[in-house]
Amino acid sequence: MNATGDIPAVLAEGLTKKFGNFTAVDHLDLRIEKGQVVGFIGPNGAGKSTTIRMLCGLLMPTAGRASVAGFDVGREPEAVREHIGYMSQKFSLYGDMTVRENLRFFGGIYRVRREDFVERMRFAISMAGLEGRENALVRTLAGGWKQRLALGCAILHRPPVLFLDEPTSGVEPEARRQFWDLIHELAADRVTILVSTHYMDEAEYCNRVALIDRGKLVAMGTPSELRGHRLSGELYELRCAPLGGALKVLAGVPSVIEAAIFGDRLHVVLTDGERNAPELVSILGDHGVQAEAPRRITPSLEDVFVQLVARGTEQRTMT
Amino acid sequence: MNLRRLLAMALKEALQIWRDPRSLAVALLMPLMQMAILGYGVSLDIKHVPLCIYDQENSQASRAVVERFVSSGWFSVGHVITRYSGIRRAMDRSECIAAIVIPANFSRTLAATGSAPVQAIFDATDVNTTNIALGYAQGVVAQENADISTQWDMSHDVQPSQAGQIELDPSVWFNETLDSRYFIIPGVVAVILALVGAQLTSLTISREWERGTMEQLISTPISALEVMLGKLIPYFAIGLVDAAFCLGVTIFWFGVPFRGDVATLFVTTALFNIVVLGIGYLISVRIRSQLGASQIALMVTMLPTTLLSGYTFPIDQMPAPIRALTYIVYPRYYVTILRAIFLKGSGLADLWGPVLGLCLYAAAIIWLASRAFRKQL
Repeated sequence: MNATGDIPAVLAEGLTKKFGNFTAVDHLDLRIEKGQVVGFIGPNGAGKSTTIRMLCGLLMPTAGRASVAGFDVGREPEAVREHIGYMSQKFSLYGDMTVRENLRFFGGIYRVRREDFVERMRFAISMAGLEGRENALVRTLAGGWKQRLALGCAILHRPPVLFLDEPTSGVEPEARRQFWDLIHELAADRVTILVSTHYMDEAEYCNRVALIDRGKLVAMGTPSELRGHRLSGELYELRCAPLGGALKVLAGVPSVIEAAIFGDRLHVVLTDGERNAPELVSILGDHGVQAEAPRRITPSLEDVFVQLVARGTEQRTMT
Repeated sequence: MNLRRLLAMALKEALQIWRDPRSLAVALLMPLMQMAILGYGVSLDIKHVPLCIYDQENSQASRAVVERFVSSGWFSVGHVITRYSGIRRAMDRSECIAAIVIPANFSRTLAATGSAPVQAIFDATDVNTTNIALGYAQGVVAQENADISTQWDMSHDVQPSQAGQIELDPSVWFNETLDSRYFIIPGVVAVILALVGAQLTSLTISREWERGTMEQLISTPISALEVMLGKLIPYFAIGLVDAAFCLGVTIFWFGVPFRGDVATLFVTTALFNIVVLGIGYLISVRIRSQLGASQIALMVTMLPTTLLSGYTFPIDQMPAPIRALTYIVYPRYYVTILRAIFLKGSGLADLWGPVLGLCLYAAAIIWLASRAFRKQL
């Protein structure tokens, strides 16, 4: 995307982290160009947080290397820390201090120049929508405000790279949307942002998406690239009951590449939809499952992800 | 090391202490309670009281008296002194806590009148030991008297009587009223400061881990040294306030005479505070739960401090291996220093031994503590 020779904002090569016998991150390669918003998507325990923590210098990699903003994470961790903002998964501002006191603390820690500080603090407060509540103890704030304030603290020093670890988990949908608006405002200022989430719909807000499962990078690309090219077969939506029974039946149907539960219905990937889709209803009916006619749908990232993960599992069980 | 970050850290920590009722209670109520509880005496049992002898006569009779002290088993005669000022010096160095002075005309007076004075001098900074040693000395002299009296009676052919006496003339130095509180209370102050100080800082790092704020903190460029110093500064202030408070109670409530100077008191107290807070911080870095850290801090400070600091149980009276052990019990230095400042009016120069002990301790602890904290999860 950038001219060759430009230093990527984040570069990881063979990044690996083991906790005892458990490999949390397994030879992960990652390259993020400057100014991109990259979604880091994967189920809980996939290794998203561990990767981000290694990139921030909070965890030592077991193997591999990484650089952030041009600084080597292992050799120059303090230089890395000067150039990043980090929001951990768990809320981690000081609840027994006020909004203003928290901002002042992080402003001091990041050595924000005093002449800039007043303006930046005002910006952070208005960004978080906390005007008039500057003297409220942070623990009294609701989730969305806390998250935006945490973001405000993390960007006080205008870091070129921002790591946000599940910033929207546990936050109500309206606040989540506002939060993504903020992320895009920052990206407009050429800030590189790696944001992890397990909400698949949020992936659509990103320039690029990195899918991670069991410590491995499964796929990376723009949301439309992933949607368009990654799915082998055609995706159909199938309303039926019971869902569990239907899954078992479909597992034995040769034309079904894959079937997964999505909410109250199934998503089924078929090799040749035109031919196979109509017969599904009767096959299911033979086994006592009531089904409506399958409907062709555009795959979402979640569909892609489910298939990639399933493929990974098959490969693992085969080898 | 950056001043801006250091101040930001110190200010943040001070705010949190101020808003945390538990920290404040430990900081301000615990010393009050402990001053009340610990301000009472303890009974002691002692052996081998270190004794100096200043035998001005060195006659057969005088040597017999010395021999009596040696063979009693209650005293261990360490130094033979050849002039009066030697006693003061030996006592200042704590080489003896009792001294026997036998006058030059001892045997002549005894032969002529059947009665002669022997002076016994006691360092009563440690009043319990002194009281007991005084009792022992009187016992020794009474035995010697019984022998002399018999010999004198035989040679002078008179009725066994009050004649034939060595008069023990006790002279109690430094704590003339033999008030046990004078000796106990300064030690209590040392114990309290050791306990409270370690308790306070033991929570400071573990609190950040427990509340999840540590992850954010270590993602910033703040250095381990800035974290340590920033966190210790407010506690150092609290430690000094507590010290002022305890020492004030010692002087104005318990009425312990203060003969030293405030500067010496301040310097040594500040030094002791650094050691105490550093130990609490070190524990805090190692143990990530507040409860665990607080309990370890209590264990590490409580027993050694109460048993081995010499605040109630005199170190002189401990078996050699235990006595050796007391050198790593840092409050022992401060107990010694406080007693000396209070009761003897000692200055920094007189106290170079324990002060050096504290300095080494402070340096070691700060070195360890500054290296212990790793900015890693």
